[in-house]
Amino acid sequence: MTAPLAEMKNVSIAFGGVRAVDNVSIELHAGEVVGLLGHNGAGKSTLIKMLSGAYKMDSGEIWIEGNKATINSPRDSRDYNIETIYQTLALADNLDAASNLFLGRELTTSFGFVDDSQMEAETRKIMARLNPNFKKLKEPVSALSGGQRQSVAIARAVYFNAKILIMDEPTAALGVHETAMVAELIGELKKQGLGIFLISHDTREMMELCDRVSVMKNGQMVGTERVEDVTEDDILSMIILGKNPKEAA
Amino acid sequence: MSDTPNAQKRPFLKSLEIDTRLLGMIGAFLLVCIVFNLLTDGRFLTPRNIFNLTIQTVSVAIMATGMVFVIVTRHIDLSVGALLATCTAVMGMTQTAWLPEIFGMELGHPLIPWITIAVGLITGAVIGGLQGWLIGYQAIPAFIVTLGGLLIWRNVGWHLTDGATIGPLDQTFILFGGISGTMGATWSWVIGIAATAASLLALWSGRRNKQKHGFPVKPAWAEALMMGLVAAAILGFIAILNAYTVPDRVIARNPSLYGCETAEGCVAAYGLPYSVLVLIAVAIIMTVIALRTRLGRYIFATGGNPDAAELSGINTRLLTVKIFAMVGVLSAIAGVVASARLGYHTNDIGTLDELRVIAAAVIGGTALSGGLGTIYGAIIGALIMQSLQSGMAMVGVDAPYQNIVVGAVLVLAVWIDIQYRKRVGAK
Ligand SMILES: Nc1ncnc2c1ncn2[C@@H]1O[C@H](COP(=O)(O)OP(=O)(O)OP(=O)(O)O)[C@@H](O)[C@H]1O
Ligand SMILES: [Mg+2]
Repeated sequence: MTAPLAEMKNVSIAFGGVRAVDNVSIELHAGEVVGLLGHNGAGKSTLIKMLSGAYKMDSGEIWIEGNKATINSPRDSRDYNIETIYQTLALADNLDAASNLFLGRELTTSFGFVDDSQMEAETRKIMARLNPNFKKLKEPVSALSGGQRQSVAIARAVYFNAKILIMDEPTAALGVHETAMVAELIGELKKQGLGIFLISHDTREMMELCDRVSVMKNGQMVGTERVEDVTEDDILSMIILGKNPKEAA
Repeated sequence: MSDTPNAQKRPFLKSLEIDTRLLGMIGAFLLVCIVFNLLTDGRFLTPRNIFNLTIQTVSVAIMATGMVFVIVTRHIDLSVGALLATCTAVMGMTQTAWLPEIFGMELGHPLIPWITIAVGLITGAVIGGLQGWLIGYQAIPAFIVTLGGLLIWRNVGWHLTDGATIGPLDQTFILFGGISGTMGATWSWVIGIAATAASLLALWSGRRNKQKHGFPVKPAWAEALMMGLVAAAILGFIAILNAYTVPDRVIARNPSLYGCETAEGCVAAYGLPYSVLVLIAVAIIMTVIALRTRLGRYIFATGGNPDAAELSGINTRLLTVKIFAMVGVLSAIAGVVASARLGYHTNDIGTLDELRVIAAAVIGGTALSGGLGTIYGAIIGALIMQSLQSGMAMVGVDAPYQNIVVGAVLVLAVWIDIQYRKRVGAK
């Protein structure tokens, strides 16, 4: 079997006294969607932020495609073709959609100046695919609705041909129709061979979209199961009790 | 968007695509000018007074362009006036003492002014960069670092000069002072026409670029009107400056300077001062940085959401160092202009400039909450402040009352801006 696309081995991080992530291991293969579930404050966001370079882990290792990786900053993570949709979206509210989409990777003209027209044209193209109703290209994103902002964050993650996509509650603010479009997008990207970490509180949705689901509680990994091997109730009891019923059995 | 049916319905100003804030600021400026012109029986809007207003504004306006970046990233710089003083002290000492005494260059050596300016700019960059490092990498609030800087740098300047006034300054150096260095009528027209051509070309290529990508453009008449306004503004400004002629008694001192054989019947205009040319160059460079470079994009992104900027791979600490170093360089340039204008370095040069500079940026629409601000706004802000001050002085308002008015105007300007933003729903 080929090496996993991404593998986090025994990673831990603590904030002050809080062990936000405690000795967690998780892996992701190409063409696979792995879901992360757990209570508020379970450590899901913190775990993936170590992969996306937002936090530096205290201990543990990250392996990308079979090689040990050093990720100390968001830039390092991008260099490994990891793209992240943060729970907070991480948009600069005062800038328009195109500036946000290309933030940190602006397209430039041959003189080295930022090429706003080119970026706007690219943004129009990708938004037409993700959210055809999206028209507010000139406005600062602070003038957008929660769902529209989320579309911008999603567009930013999928535009740059990621190999690994991290989506932290990408549909939290989306309407039914837009959520369905994101589900479709996830399926499409999966077919293209991307590996996706998906975080959501919607257990049913996760059972549909994911190949495997991992449940966290209090910074620890409760268990990882293939979705066809478990029921929604099994997952719920893992989240609530913090024990894997199959292991107990 | 289908252009034809909508075109007539679009309001006039919308078709022009002029920023209403810019319009408001220009309106406020014109209002101030007209009121003072009435109060002074037409003495306010004479070529002579407009010329003076312009050169008095330059030093503060140069620093205000840098203050925009500082405030946009949610910082403040209280040290610019003091930094200016240290830079002019260093430059004063360089040209009058250090270069002649240590390096044996005789006074008046043609390289002295240029070496001096280079030394001044480096001093500004290093001090500014140091403050930026303390703020960015050591996480000391900018307010504290630059409040300390306010006390430190003014008195480092005092120490360097033993508290003495330094001068007279180099003859070439003082050309940057304003009335002491102007281009005369012909060259002013040359520059004015070149600037007009460049602006029209920029507008036109901007339109072409939009069309290339299939984006909507303004109607042709609106574009033509814009071009006409820009050309009229630039050439009108040059015409006004050129209308201010050198007084006869000054020409009588040395008619050959003004291209005349004798003082009799000799008419010469001052024209565009070099200091104003410096301000225009600074304004263009800073605007290009703000709107057309990654650096500018990162400055605004960081101001809008520092965490998002960080997560997008922007090194916000280094960015802080760069911004404060830029302000340092601009303070040094402002120092060149200010000391050249006086002809000397004095201990109290630039005193209270930090407040004028911050006020100019804020009156010009820079939001202290970060992420919003324009270079042109800061310059117009500086102009409004200077017009108020000069106008009140001409009317004969006592200095304490002048300060009361300026203070009230500052608060009022910010209040109007807040109301305006609420109305249009922008943040
Ligand atoms: N920057 C930080 N500083 C201090 N503590 C933090 C920080 N980030 C997270 N924590 C703590 O780490 C724990 C895990 O937080 P995390 O954001 O990973 O939870 P989560 O599983 O994503 O929850 P949610 O479902 O609410 O998004 C929480 O107890 C939180 O308070
Ligand atoms: Mg979370």
